[in-house]
Amino acid sequence: MVEITIRKRPHAEAVATQRKFFKKTARGKVVKVLRERYLREDVPCGISHCTICPGMPGTTLPTSGGQGHKSYPHGHFILPDTNVFLHQMDLMEASQLNAPVILLQTVLEEVRHRSLPLYNRLRALVKAEDKQFWVYYNEFRSETACIRLDGETPNDRNDRSIRKASDWYKSHISQVFGRNPQNISTLPTVLLLTDDAANRKFCDAEGIPNSSVRKYVEGLKDATSLLDLLSAAGETEIEPTAALVAGRGALYPEYMPQANLVAGVKAGHLHQGHFNANPYNYLEGNVTVPAHTKPVLLIGREHMNRAVQGDVVVVEIFDEKEWKAPADAVVDQETTLKNDDPDESEEEPDDENALAEERERRALVRENARKQPASSERQPTGRVVGIIKRNWRAYVCHIDSTSLASSSATSLSLQSVFATPVSRFLPRIRLRTRQAPTLIGQKILVTIDRWDATSRYPEGHFVRALGRAESKEAEQESLMLEFEVPYRPFGKAILDCLPPEGEQWVVPPKDPNNPAWRNREDLRDKVICSIDPPGCQDIDDALHATMLPNGNIEAGVHIADVSYFVLPDNPMDAEAAARGTTVYLVDKRIDMLPALLGTNLCSLRPHVERLAFSVIWELTPDAQIVNVRFTKSVIASKSAFTYEEAQIRKDDPHRQDELTQGIRLLNSIAIKLRQQRMDAGALNLASPEVKIHLDSAETSGPIDVEQKQMLETNSLVEEFMLLANISVAKKIQETFPQSAVLRRHLPPPKTNFEKLQDILLKRKGMKLDVSSSGALAASLDKCVDSAFPAFNTLVRIMATRCMLSAEYFCSGSVGRDTFGHYGLASPIYTHFTSPIRRYADVLAHRQLAAAINYASLHATLHSKTHVEQVLSVVNRRHRMAQMASRASVEFYVGLALKSRGADKDGKPKEVQEEAFVIRTFRNGLGVFVSKLGLEGLVLFKREIKFDAENYTVTVPQPKGKEVTVAVFDKVTVRITVEKDRNTQRGVVKMVLVEPVDTST
Amino acid sequence: MGSRVEILNDGGYRSDGRRQFELRDIAIDLSRHGQADGSAMYTQGLTEVLVTVFGPREAKLRSQTIHNRANINVEVNIAAFSTGERRKRSRGDKRILELGAAIKSTFEPVIQTHLYPRSQIDIFVQVLQQDGGLLSAAINATTLALITAGIPLFDYVCAVSSGVHSTHAMLDLTTLEENDVPHLTVAVMPRTGKITLVTLETRLHSDRFEEVFRIACEAGKVLHEEMRNAIKARTSALARAMGEGHPAGAPSNREGDEDFEMGDD
Repeated sequence: MVEITIRKRPHAEAVATQRKFFKKTARGKVVKVLRERYLREDVPCGISHCTICPGMPGTTLPTSGGQGHKSYPHGHFILPDTNVFLHQMDLMEASQLNAPVILLQTVLEEVRHRSLPLYNRLRALVKAEDKQFWVYYNEFRSETACIRLDGETPNDRNDRSIRKASDWYKSHISQVFGRNPQNISTLPTVLLLTDDAANRKFCDAEGIPNSSVRKYVEGLKDATSLLDLLSAAGETEIEPTAALVAGRGALYPEYMPQANLVAGVKAGHLHQGHFNANPYNYLEGNVTVPAHTKPVLLIGREHMNRAVQGDVVVVEIFDEKEWKAPADAVVDQETTLKNDDPDESEEEPDDENALAEERERRALVRENARKQPASSERQPTGRVVGIIKRNWRAYVCHIDSTSLASSSATSLSLQSVFATPVSRFLPRIRLRTRQAPTLIGQKILVTIDRWDATSRYPEGHFVRALGRAESKEAEQESLMLEFEVPYRPFGKAILDCLPPEGEQWVVPPKDPNNPAWRNREDLRDKVICSIDPPGCQDIDDALHATMLPNGNIEAGVHIADVSYFVLPDNPMDAEAAARGTTVYLVDKRIDMLPALLGTNLCSLRPHVERLAFSVIWELTPDAQIVNVRFTKSVIASKSAFTYEEAQIRKDDPHRQDELTQGIRLLNSIAIKLRQQRMDAGALNLASPEVKIHLDSAETSGPIDVEQKQMLETNSLVEEFMLLANISVAKKIQETFPQSAVLRRHLPPPKTNFEKLQDILLKRKGMKLDVSSSGALAASLDKCVDSAFPAFNTLVRIMATRCMLSAEYFCSGSVGRDTFGHYGLASPIYTHFTSPIRRYADVLAHRQLAAAINYASLHATLHSKTHVEQVLSVVNRRHRMAQMASRASVEFYVGLALKSRGADKDGKPKEVQEEAFVIRTFRNGLGVFVSKLGLEGLVLFKREIKFDAENYTVTVPQPKGKEVTVAVFDKVTVRITVEKDRNTQRGVVKMVLVEPVDTST
Repeated sequence: MGSRVEILNDGGYRSDGRRQFELRDIAIDLSRHGQADGSAMYTQGLTEVLVTVFGPREAKLRSQTIHNRANINVEVNIAAFSTGERRKRSRGDKRILELGAAIKSTFEPVIQTHLYPRSQIDIFVQVLQQDGGLLSAAINATTLALITAGIPLFDYVCAVSSGVHSTHAMLDLTTLEENDVPHLTVAVMPRTGKITLVTLETRLHSDRFEEVFRIACEAGKVLHEEMRNAIKARTSALARAMGEGHPAGAPSNREGDEDFEMGDD
């Protein structure tokens, strides 16, 4: 049983045993705080064989102190001041510095107050095997406890306390070991190590041995190697906090008043736009404004002035001579600000802050030091002067474990910590929480509350925990939150809109008086089939083709008649409009419509009668349209093929049944349609698409990743869908010129291609003609490197990135000449073929139904503003859905890499893949691994030569040789998935293996 | 800087220089207090509680009388100046009512109420200063005050708070520690080892509970020793005064006798 005692506190010495101070609370109230202090006699000194201090636990310091210093032949102990740890931590960590160190509690606490990361390093140092540290709790020992005097600064008090402890050690050693008079001269010295000149002066006056760090190190054996570790800050240091006590100023300029902003934007000297952060460099961002073709560059924290990704900001543009080019180095927030401290309180102005600022400034200066950029690279540069609208929401974050003050799992104390958002576009968020220790390693949701001019980081609060990082559920939910995918289950009001028969619903028997059959064509005897990816449940399109007696071909596309079930302006319609699209994640689908419709009633399943909306063409054998008609119909699909099955069936010469003939007929037309499209100048673009193989339905652990294969039947379906969409688009535009729901793809501005053109010209001597989509398609076809088959795909991927994205629009709201679809080279286009998973298609269905006089058009679809409003939501959802599924694939690629990278014992194995360089940076390369569809960054640890003009990076080799890597070069990278220690995020790390190994 | 205080540092010291199982300084003052039949001023660290006991006496309200035993009435008053931040609590404050109810239910099985049917014992608890362990201090002070009032108890009631930081149990928490650490208050009757009160308002892992609880019970015995010494000292002083025949400062006979017996056990 442990010994329980009652400590006595002498009340006569209340000054020494009670601490009274005033504290300002978070609300600004001043509170008096009284604390007790129990002074003891039993705090051990830590020197072995000490006769006075009994029973010391753990390892103790050698009696004779450390040897090997010139000035202290009888051995010495180092007793460092706080500034030594604040500025010379690298030195203290050096293994050559092996003298025994007495670490005072005062010093330990001061380091803790100043900088938590340094404190954590110091604690690790105390525990290190190869170091001799003893923590002496001087403030709890009655002889060395120190009380702050009237008018004394906390800093002076600490210095005095350190001197007092130093003095005590001196007398303690002579008391213990100096009984024998001969010994007195050979006693080890306790050396107070400090870079604070004022403190040293006091020491001299009080007869305490002291030394500056530099002087001390110079007297050591390994002086030369240790001197390199000395940081410059130490030499001229006067008082670590003195300069900062003055108070914290505003870190950011104040915003202009709202009225000035609006007036300025109107007058044209200020510009408004969305703020975009640079994911590679957190100190840089840009704003696209209508007045300039290139986005306005914002360099440095101050000029970005608290703007967060997505905010609508107002910028002021500098004089043209101050314009700069975007940085070409990677500046990572986590490494630059590794030692930054979340707890900026009024009482302790952190000089750590100053350090962070200094580091950031250096990073910027490094940037600016590079040669004056060519004028073509320069962009308008400016600064944010105001914010029109914040677009803050909840962000998925991780707690940065190094910013934690106390990691004890039971600690309930309120502490400030950093939350690192998953998205690289966002700054770290500071939040105060009581549950930080339990949140470590979890994905959490954090909302930004405010960002004051005096605060370096935005302040937020914890919303809720999503679960353990890297668990599939948490990652999935975090993805959906991050991309704002509405994933709630459908409510009762919505489900009430479904047919009451539910699963049992069938097409009623044919009867012209039944509303379901009114004006519907009976196409049940047509040989219709559907072709979809494997495992597809929401089959929304089916096809058929037959020869007509006149030698022409009849081809039909049948689309699920969703608008029969989803009536305008009911709760289900409203929800579908809000969701906009079905989102496909690797192992989850978030439906736009309730599953009953999506996967059953509207799914054109085989051998079941279903309602459809059909587009039927009469085509000549050369695939010229003779006529087209649209009709609501009832169909019964004869079979549901996967792409592969359809392909095999088509290629099998023994099969001569009607179905196979139909597929062959469809295919022959599709090939001609495709040719027509290509001749018109359609682009054949590439995007890195990969497929994830899942283990099984239950565990859904990914096994492997492979690139998606394109079969002939894929393109068959695609061609007919395009044809249907174009035909429908023409029809609804004719009928409703003001409010037709269309889709367009604007031609990209020429400037978007400048960089790619330049790279191609310089690296490969190839020219890219971007004057029209046809010219681009032709010149892309010429970008072939025989030695390097993937090159063409790579160029196509890069070209795709230069383009704008397609969007839905309302025909009445833009000029007729901008209707065109650039990528498809079609003058008009819409989406009609997937009403189960896209809301725009539902609208197109309704408009087409009205256009063929099947039903009257709901009033809202006549209104231009209403259609515009709905489409802007759909556009945004569409974009988000794409990003979400891409991110989901990325996550699974990471998992797959991990499982592939680990052998049976769980030891990480290396994955090496071929990759292509797509970008060069000052200190790294952007590479693309086509096999995995993965883009990554290779950073060089060594100094490299960077040639921005020629897009090359030259890496010096140890043997004096140099290796040059350029854009488009094939390299081999080693890919590992590492768990980032701070964020608990699985990070794909790439290291160059060939032509140079950058792991060293 | 609440978050920056280490609850238990690597050297095994708490923020005020105590080790894990060290209780704060305890001062007990049992001198008479005005009209009261018994009183005790109990200081534990910076928590200071004054308890005065009146009775057993006739109940003021008929409705409160119980025909076969005495009714215990506890009223708590927390001084506005007892914390750093001045805060006036009304008498109907939930926290105060709860504190009173806890004290009442702690003492109901300990006071031999059956000896005083149809009467009332009033316990007034004045909190003068608080720095953690308020309930335990109030209970200890009430025990002492009841003894000085000569009300027969089955046993002392010794209360102490204990908490657990990470895996380390700690005794007698200060406010600072209470804010950070899950803690419970245990009141024991040291002679029999019976427990009359356990409160736990924070979440504590069930694996840790037993250890923390046992430590608190042990600490109750240590406190008992301290409290008994104080009572003995007072009683012997009284006895000495009686023997030397100085009636001026001596209490009434009845009280003196009672005390003497108690001190003798």
